[in-house]
Amino acid sequence: MLASLIRVFKSGWLGFWRNKWLSTTAIGMVSLAIFGIIGLLLVNVLVGSLITNLEDKVDVSVYFKLDTSEEEILAVRKELVKLDEIRSVEYISRQEALDRFEEKHQDNQILMQSLQELESNPLEAALNIKAQMASQYEKVVGFFNQSKYQEIVDKINYLENKAVIARLSSITATIRQAGLIILIVLAFLAVLVSYNTIRLTIYSAQKEIKVMKLVGASNWFVRGPFIVEGAIYGVIAAVISLVVLHPLLWYLSPKITAYLPGTDLYYFFQANFVALFFLQLVIGIALGAVSSWIAVRRYLSD
Amino acid sequence: MIKFKQIYKIYPPNCPALEDINLIIGEQEFVCVAGRSGAGKSTLIKLLIREESPSQGQILWHNHDILQIGDKDLPFWRRQIGMIFQDFRLLPDKTAYENIAFAMEVGGRNNQEIERDVPQLLKLVNLIERADHFPSQLSGGEKQRVAIARALAHRPKVLIADEPTGNLDGLNTWEIIRLLMKINELGTMVVLATHDREIINGLDKRVIILEKGRVIRDEQGGRYIL
Repeated sequence: MLASLIRVFKSGWLGFWRNKWLSTTAIGMVSLAIFGIIGLLLVNVLVGSLITNLEDKVDVSVYFKLDTSEEEILAVRKELVKLDEIRSVEYISRQEALDRFEEKHQDNQILMQSLQELESNPLEAALNIKAQMASQYEKVVGFFNQSKYQEIVDKINYLENKAVIARLSSITATIRQAGLIILIVLAFLAVLVSYNTIRLTIYSAQKEIKVMKLVGASNWFVRGPFIVEGAIYGVIAAVISLVVLHPLLWYLSPKITAYLPGTDLYYFFQANFVALFFLQLVIGIALGAVSSWIAVRRYLSD
Repeated sequence: MIKFKQIYKIYPPNCPALEDINLIIGEQEFVCVAGRSGAGKSTLIKLLIREESPSQGQILWHNHDILQIGDKDLPFWRRQIGMIFQDFRLLPDKTAYENIAFAMEVGGRNNQEIERDVPQLLKLVNLIERADHFPSQLSGGEKQRVAIARALAHRPKVLIADEPTGNLDGLNTWEIIRLLMKINELGTMVVLATHDREIINGLDKRVIILEKGRVIRDEQGGRYIL
């Protein structure tokens, strides 16, 4: 049993080594497939972090009437944080609001003058609320519709932002879905192409398969070496696509970051290096071995 | 002992290749099966190695019906038979040595046996110095000798030769035939299918002549006359 396993591996390795050209083609196709799949995966990661960034910029501000005490507002905040949909709630006191306002408009003489003419701080305290996803702001606003808050809440700027938020949430959902569909379709294509290449290498061996059967080889003894050969393609292809990917990301990542701040693909690649390599290995081996297995099956029937 | 009982083989839709074949071939016999191309020689052999099944009839090997052998046990049956062909059918990616060793590997023989037997087989066919050559580096006669050595690797009870000399010149032809006779003398049944009149007339063995799928003559020390 062990002896024939060793024989199967050895003969798979020999087949790989003696058909260098055919093997090279097959490895090329499989590594393209792996490269494509991983590339699409990285693009999806990129789009994901882009969307998160974008959603991070959206928030809803709730303004409280001037006579509301800080304790009351902080109590509201406490209640709010308990909701699952909430990512963060920032409290901005009246003084802070004034400071920010002054900082923002310090070049605007007229505004500053009119502000100084006022005797008291005209700005209201506010809670800046960020939800997990753009689609959840509706719910957050619903929270403030409870009667106990009606008295202290002056206004919610959600209604002004509603259209933007709604559009953003529909766009991000579409992008996510489209990304997934593109990933699946292209991955399927890549698999198909490399399957066909491997099928061709086995097609060229169909006479030999017949001879092996004639000499009395069992199906597994014929199939085994081809599967091993396919797996070898996969391993080498995984290493190749990794070797190509590394410098490519190192080169491209800063440029992408320049366009889309807040994304760092190279960092993502390094942080998930082991997982990515493992994923590539799995894709490569599965692609090579399963393709071989299916392709040989056709010639084993008689 | 092989027994063909009322074998018919009809290729669809209605093209009879063999009709009413009844034969008994004894252990250690040397039999020539002769006939023109298309007379049914190859079909007869394909039935024997179970590459094809007859439309009707029985083929018995020591009173076991080989048509009852399931797909799983087929490799075991094929290892009982050695087979050589006009086109040699060696594995092009393996050397002479490896071609023979492969046949032993599929039979589950261990490495010591392989290392002991393969050189012996190569010696038998007088190719020991060609062991590491690939088929593309061998002449036709040498390839056929490798094929014979491979066919003998299982120590088969039956050696079937389907036009083994069809691609060879006169000198090589007789070298192969002498080798087959030697193998037969060592105790293996040999079934030689050929349409080469010279071989048959020179051999002085049992001759079965097929024509249009029927046995028209079957005699000891027969001649090929049509």
